[in-house]
Formats: sequence, structure tokens, C-alpha cells
Amino acid sequence: MYYPYLMNNDFLVFDHVTKKFGALTAVNDVSFSVTKGEFFSLLGPSGCGKTTLLRMLGGFERPDSGRIYLEGKDITDLPPNQRRIHTVFQNYALFPTMTIWDNIAFSLRLKKKPKAEIEEEVDKILEMIQMSDHAWKYPSQLSGGQKQRVAIARALVDRPQVLLLDEPLAALDLKLRQHMLLELDTIHDQVGITFMYVTHDQGEAMSLSDRIAVINRGKIEQLDVPARIYEAPQSRFVASFIGDTNFFEGEVVSIDGNYCTIQPENFPPISAYNDQNLKVGDLAQLSVRPEKIRVTINPPTPEKGAGINVFPTKVKDIVYQGVYTKYWLTSGSTQVAALKPHSRFLLDQEKITWNDDVFVWWHPDDSYMVAK
Amino acid sequence: MSDTALKPFRSKWHERFVTAPSFLWLLLFFAIPAVIVLSFTFHGHTANGGVGEWSLSTWRELVDPDYPVIVWRTIRVSLEVTFWSILLALPSAYAIAKLPKKWRAIVAGSIMLPFWTSFVVRVFAWKQMLHPNGWLQSCYMGFLYAKTWLVCWFTGSPGMPDISTVTILDSELAVVLVSVYSFLPFAIMPIYTAAEKFDFSLIEAARDLGASSFYAFRKIFIPGIKTGISSAILMVFIPAIGSYVIPQMLGGTNCVLIGNKIFMRAIQNRNIPHAAALATLMAISVLVPMLIAWWAQKKGKKQ
Repeated sequence: MYYPYLMNNDFLVFDHVTKKFGALTAVNDVSFSVTKGEFFSLLGPSGCGKTTLLRMLGGFERPDSGRIYLEGKDITDLPPNQRRIHTVFQNYALFPTMTIWDNIAFSLRLKKKPKAEIEEEVDKILEMIQMSDHAWKYPSQLSGGQKQRVAIARALVDRPQVLLLDEPLAALDLKLRQHMLLELDTIHDQVGITFMYVTHDQGEAMSLSDRIAVINRGKIEQLDVPARIYEAPQSRFVASFIGDTNFFEGEVVSIDGNYCTIQPENFPPISAYNDQNLKVGDLAQLSVRPEKIRVTINPPTPEKGAGINVFPTKVKDIVYQGVYTKYWLTSGSTQVAALKPHSRFLLDQEKITWNDDVFVWWHPDDSYMVAK
Repeated sequence: MSDTALKPFRSKWHERFVTAPSFLWLLLFFAIPAVIVLSFTFHGHTANGGVGEWSLSTWRELVDPDYPVIVWRTIRVSLEVTFWSILLALPSAYAIAKLPKKWRAIVAGSIMLPFWTSFVVRVFAWKQMLHPNGWLQSCYMGFLYAKTWLVCWFTGSPGMPDISTVTILDSELAVVLVSVYSFLPFAIMPIYTAAEKFDFSLIEAARDLGASSFYAFRKIFIPGIKTGISSAILMVFIPAIGSYVIPQMLGGTNCVLIGNKIFMRAIQNRNIPHAAALATLMAISVLVPMLIAWWAQKKGKKQ
């Protein structure tokens, strides 16, 4: 049998793993593999099974069927303390009765390493996370971001084969989260350990990951590099979960070379690149990202507008969002969302306001055809 | 630190008003009686059981070679009872705290169930169970014979000592056994309360970092519930020190504790000052080591 996700020399492999909790199937026949040193993300809404996958890898849950391999070794039935896999927990789970130094030294002491070596390693990693001054404090004396860094250092200090991160930034505020994102990236580059990152935040997954597995209802919907997850979503779920999008659903009415025309309900015909080799009469789903749509008061010039989608609409709502403005536009009973960065705002001849008649236009290549 | 920062301004009078009832309670039922008991010890006793003139005769009478033995036995038995109670309470409390929520209340409630029966009745029931003709005694004899035989075999001792007259009843063992039975709920409850608040994801974190279950229990769980353990120690040790019913009914003449001696002096000999002196002696014997330990710990922390 050929598995497209199984390559030779795979570092970490999930092979047809299923886990049920009573009547609920949390993970449903999931297979994928991770290469060594990769930053791999499991992305999905809460309750999609991503945390169960992580807990099975950590050894806290046992799959009902399927195997998990690490460097060619079956680790499915090993208890957590016999796997060289460490977890950064969502609530950090730092030991409150120990100092920061003792927290970090925990795994090294368990390995009965010589004292001098433990001291050297702990001091080194404290320096890396810039926490040397806080070594003798207790976890309750640290801020959220500091606790986060200690939790990462504690899990990394004895160089595990895989580092699991369970929504590690969820408890931090926005500014700190952005800062920690950069730091995580730096740490990953420094240590070269395989990172397995679980999150429901598509922004985090996009900015950090080498590859992302989008998970829904216990199954992988799409496993790909971030850019392809965003630009070429393979399902309606992926397209709507990752970023905003406009959906159009309709029959193919005509085909012209590589392009075809689709007739949605309550919207004029839309031209799209025929990715799926559809025939006249087939049903098509289009996803058009808001930032690919231009909004102008005047229609594009004939040469600019040749062969592209141009539709007259009415401005229904304007949401100012700092970096850009989001427009909600209506054409008949259909709503279209469009983003306009502010660098262009000044260049527009007339300011667009509520209830204006405007044109929206986008290139047929940007009407992305979703498979299912 | 944050406590004082968050504390709203309150007048001194307000604070005094709020703490007055507990302060009064302590004064009336602890401080004043303690002073009275102490002052009794500096009196002689009258023939009809009253408190006599000021004198040091009571303290002079206390020079009895039996007393240090009894004080030491009381402390030793109390420590043994505390040790075994805590040792049994720790895994029990851990197991209850790990139960699903609806089961926790049921199991914790059933631990308190024996209290529905009178304490004296329960101790009396033990007296029946430990009777020399009872099956517990038979089991104990079997164990004792095996142990004695093994000891003789290993040491190469020619003849086995006569153990046929050994009984559980009227021995220190019976007192420790039944005291552990009686005080175990007082050890489980504070430890369980602490364990219920304990964050069990810390155990998972320790396991994840390579610790065995037992190592995680020892290094993470026990330090995490140490306030519960210290109150459990107090809850068992203090009643055990003052224990009177259990040694009276099960200890016979082989395990007389200070509580029994105080009873004997106060009720049988009608010598209240002597009983007061014994109580004071016991309190000093417990308090002095505790103060030394506390002082040593404080000194250790400073360095």
C-alpha cells in the first residue's frame, strides 16, 4: 500500500492511529510523518483531537489502534518516562515547591548526571532564555512570559528527541505572544530539536511552522506548508478556518481554455482558473480571499479590466482595523468581504463611505477552486 | 506581599473588634486554665481531694523513676501512631483525590462513617476482637512463631524462647493498632483536602520529564501537600499524646501512658496538684523538643 505521507527515514510516524473516548472518536485513523528537526504544527478548532494526538505522543493516552514510531522504534506502549519526548504544558505545570533552577535541573537529576555537568547545563540554558537572574526565584514570583520560558527550558535541557508544545502561548497577552513567537523560532533554530506544536491559532501556526496539519473532527484535512494551506486550501473547512474568505458555489456554465465561468446563486457569473478540470454542468466551490479583492469607486480601465471579474456592489459596512480597512459589500443578497490596505487609502481620488456604489474586482487566478 | 498591597485600610479598632471573640475564647478556655493548672503544681494537696497550701512538695513527689519511662513511652507510642497514620493516609488521600468528582464525596464521607458509633464502643469492640481466644490473636501467634523460628535459625540460637503467653491485648501493639484505627480519619481528612487542591498535571509533567510514578509521588505530590501533612501530624499527634481510653482498655499494665497516670492521680488518689504537675511535665516534654527543632530550622534558613 502506498502512503503519500510516509517517506523513507521518517523520524516520527503516526500509523493509522485511532483513539475513542466512549462514543466519541477523538482521533480517527490518522497517519502522518514528521522529519527530524522540523517545526510541525497541529492546527484545528478546540475538540478536534489535536491535543489527544499530542497526549498519545507524550504517552499519557494509549491509542485504540495504530502505532506510533520514533526513529524506527515502536513507542506506542511506552510509559511517558521512557520516552525522550518532553512537553511544554498549556498551564506550564512548573513545580511550585521548587526554584526555577531546580525545576530546570529536574530531568537532569533523574538521569543521575554528575553534579558539575548538571550545573553547567542548567546555567547554559538559563542564559539562553535570559533568566539567569531569576534562578533562585519560585514559579509564583514570575510573570506569564517568564514562566513560559522556564517551561520551555525545563523541557529542552536534557535534549529530548521531540519537544511537544500544547498551546503554549494561549495564556499570554497579544504583545507578549508576538514576542514569544519570535523567541520560540529562535530557540528552535538554536537547538535543532523536532518541535510538535498544537494550537488553534492559525497566525501562530503560520508564522512558526515548516508544515501544518489542519485537523477537523479527528481527521487531517490538509497537511502542507503554511503558504499552500493558505493559498491552496483543499477543503471548505481549511479555507474558512485559515483566515477569512468569500465562498461562491455554483455550476460551471462555460469553459474557455484554462478558465471557466461559474454561475452562483444571487451573484453575477464569476470567472475562475479551472484547477479541477471541471466540465460544463459540474458544481464548483470558489474561495476568494478578501485581500485579493480591490474596491474602487470607478471601474478599472478597459485594458486593466480585460478578462477579470468586475462587479458593481454597494458598501454595507466599513470596519477600520488600523493596518487596513475591511469592507462589507453587497450585491443582491450576497455579501462580499474585501480588505484594503491603508497605503492606498490616500491615493484614492474619493473616499469610500457607507452606502456608496463601488466596484469590486479580482483576477480569475484568485478565484481558488476548493476540492470539496 | 500582594496581600498587604490589596488589603483595604481598616482601623485598629475594627480589627480588635473582629478578633475579640476568638481572643476571648483562647483567653477563657486556654490561657487561664493553663495558668490555673500550672499554679496548682505549686500547691500541696489536702486529704479530701482539695488544693492545699503553697509548697513545692508536689514537684518533689514527682521524682519517681516510673515517670520518665511513662513520658518516653507516651511520646514513642504517639510518634509511632502518627507515623503509621500518615503512612496509610497518604496513599488513601491520593487515591480519593484521583477519583471522579461524584465518588470523592461518597468515599470521603464513608471515612467519617465510624464516628456515628461511640468511640468507647468501638474501642470495646476491639477488645473483643483482640481477645486471646480470637482469630486475630491466632493469626498473630502464627506470625510470631514464624518470626521467632526464623530469628533463631538465622542467629543459630539453640532453643526458641517461650512465646506462648504473648498476647496482643494488654500490649503496646494493641494500643498502637487501635490508636491508628481511631486517628486515621483525622490524618486522611487534612491530607485529602490538600490533595484535592493539588494540581495533578504536575505529576504528569514530572512523568513527562522522566520520573517514575513513585518518584513523582515522593518529589512532587508530597511537597505539594505538605501543609495538609503537617496539620495531619498535629491532628493525630496531639490526641495521641493525651490518649487515655485506648491504653486504659487495651494496654493493661504493659502500656500505661501519661493520660492514665493523670487519671489515676486526679480521680483515684484525689491528688489534683500531682495530676496537674504530670500534665505540665508532659507539655514541657513535648514543647521543648518542638521549640528546639523550630529554632534550629529558623537558624538553618538564615544561613
